[in-house]
Amino acid sequence: MLLPSPRAAAAAAVLMLSLAGCAPKSASTASAQESESQANVKETGKRNPAPPFELKDASGKLVRLEDYKGKVVLLNFWATWCGPCKIEIPWFVDFQKTYKDRGFTVIGVALDDEGWEVVRPYIEGRQVNYPIVVGSEEVDQKYGGIEALPTSFILDREGRIATTHVGLVSKQQYEDDIKQLLE
Amino acid sequence: MKTISNSFLSSAALLLLAGCAQAQSSTVLTVQDPAKLVVKRGENPSFTLRASIRAGYHANSNTPSEEYLIPMKLTWDAAGPLRAQDVDYPKPKKEKFPFAEAPLSVFDGDFEIVTRFQRAANPQLGPGFVTGKLRYQACNDKMCLPPKTVDIRLPVLMQ
Repeated sequence: MLLPSPRAAAAAAVLMLSLAGCAPKSASTASAQESESQANVKETGKRNPAPPFELKDASGKLVRLEDYKGKVVLLNFWATWCGPCKIEIPWFVDFQKTYKDRGFTVIGVALDDEGWEVVRPYIEGRQVNYPIVVGSEEVDQKYGGIEALPTSFILDREGRIATTHVGLVSKQQYEDDIKQLLE
Repeated sequence: MKTISNSFLSSAALLLLAGCAQAQSSTVLTVQDPAKLVVKRGENPSFTLRASIRAGYHANSNTPSEEYLIPMKLTWDAAGPLRAQDVDYPKPKKEKFPFAEAPLSVFDGDFEIVTRFQRAANPQLGPGFVTGKLRYQACNDKMCLPPKTVDIRLPVLMQ
């Protein structure tokens, strides 16, 4: 029987993510892709492990994705120059307040080239209550070479990617996914 | 049990990613190859850059409505036979998007940017190039692509 090693499985996950991420060439194809991602979260057996990372938050503290195993994680790639990302941040602040005690967290990965110089003032003004880290080229590539923002992965309690959203989706869609994974 | 090669899968993934990334973002804005600019003795020429944005997408104008947005900017290298004096952008459109409260100042479709050059003092005569960069950041109504820079190479013939 031919089985992938855990690392190969992660690479395969990236491969699939990259193919999914290829689609947004126009608003119409983006919508088609979004419709796909609005389906219910994947069955447990079809989920691939989220690539691990270690990145620093604004205080310099290391944020390790591995440390969040056991929680449902909304991993949001965003940037300060991204209008649709700006809409989502208050939703994520609400989710963090509502679901934190049930084993949920948001982690924001900012992909601004200027790093904390622009990200710090941006999040300070928005009273963000969840961990924010500044991404790296390595992490970007591990997650399929994030080309469109926002891109969010929702991970189950075992650290597997249960669903992916590329582009702006509704607050309700996120909330439905989160609730389903917290059950 | 055999194990699928990690390196094989990783390489395949990265190759696909590279191709995918290029296909996705590099063609949102295309710049028409500039024709040779013939500059007569004593002339201060103008050059029109023609660009096109893929249907469904827009780029922030040179004067975005919100501080957080990245403006379009055409810059020219100071070295070379011509010096950029002014860059004139087209009149931006004010368009409303679901992700912004107020209409945004954007360019879409086909548009032109005009640069007025001044002839350098004692330029080298004959064929040469003036190089520049067009920086832009594009979105559609649901997502944004990272800022990109297009290299511009304008062939000139200095007389």
